[in-house]
Amino acid sequence: MITVTINGAPRQFNAPLTISELIVALDLTGKRVAIERNGDIVPRSQHAATPVADGDQFEIVVAVGGG
Amino acid sequence: MQDTLQIAGKSYSSRLLVGTGKYKDFAETRAAIDASGAEIVTVAIRRVNIGQDASQPSLLDFLPPKEFTYLPNTAGCYSADDAVRTLRLARELLDDHTLVKLEVLGDPNTLYPNVRETLKAAETLVAEGFDVMVYTSDDPIIARELEQIGCCAIMPLASLIGSGMGILNPWNLRLIIEQSKVPVIVDAGVGTASDATIAMELGCDGVLMNTAIAAARDPIRMARAMKLAVESGRDAFLAGRMPKKLYSADPSSPLSGMIGTK
Repeated sequence: MITVTINGAPRQFNAPLTISELIVALDLTGKRVAIERNGDIVPRSQHAATPVADGDQFEIVVAVGGG
Repeated sequence: MQDTLQIAGKSYSSRLLVGTGKYKDFAETRAAIDASGAEIVTVAIRRVNIGQDASQPSLLDFLPPKEFTYLPNTAGCYSADDAVRTLRLARELLDDHTLVKLEVLGDPNTLYPNVRETLKAAETLVAEGFDVMVYTSDDPIIARELEQIGCCAIMPLASLIGSGMGILNPWNLRLIIEQSKVPVIVDAGVGTASDATIAMELGCDGVLMNTAIAAARDPIRMARAMKLAVESGRDAFLAGRMPKKLYSADPSSPLSGMIGTK
């Protein structure tokens, strides 16, 4: 098991895990999101090839109404 | 000749830019934006609600990015770092979209911009290839510095965000308009249609608003009012107003040919 922080909250997952698999595990498949891992953007094209490591910090965002 | 608003190399026929926050639901958001005629719509970037039903509708379903120019903002950011991170995420989210609205706030009560952090963020974002429309105070010196950094539009406040207080310092706006070579767009503070018209009569290139429409009793009707107000003000500015005559009148009807004269 690895523990990662997603949007400020800790969560546990079975390793190994890629970002694509993380998206599935979070039930975000098909949703338009952007992902930052440890302060750096992970482009959509690299989700499948990017492994998730213990202690990673993720920000996962969407567009919402705002002015 | 067609009068268009040019921002970062793209032409827009509407000079009204609108926010997408504070509406009852996405259907009302869409109806108000359609009534406003706006082509550029601001959106906020927020953490996804994990555990929420993924099939729930999203803003993008109601406002397809193909139909509108999205302007992701940094609302709620209090540091240059947070603003830059937010817009990098926005660029990834919106498929390498570079047009952004930078705002770095300095105080939660007034939402007044922190211009020091704003300048810092603007430098980073321009260097990274973003087209930065920047919310700022109505200080002409700061506005000039932001233009020199390479921002593609200067967006001074008319009054505090969400206050609806209208244009409190038209003289500063005029100073900014006169010196700027990039579009000047009043952002924040417009309360009703006449405020938008005054901004345009002053020579602003556009007006950006959210609450004035969303918090009206009938947002869709107000959106239409704002569309007409911005168009009216723009036409009045281009037409050039008559000079004011103090303390004397000037009749509109002929002085000659009056009945009963000898």
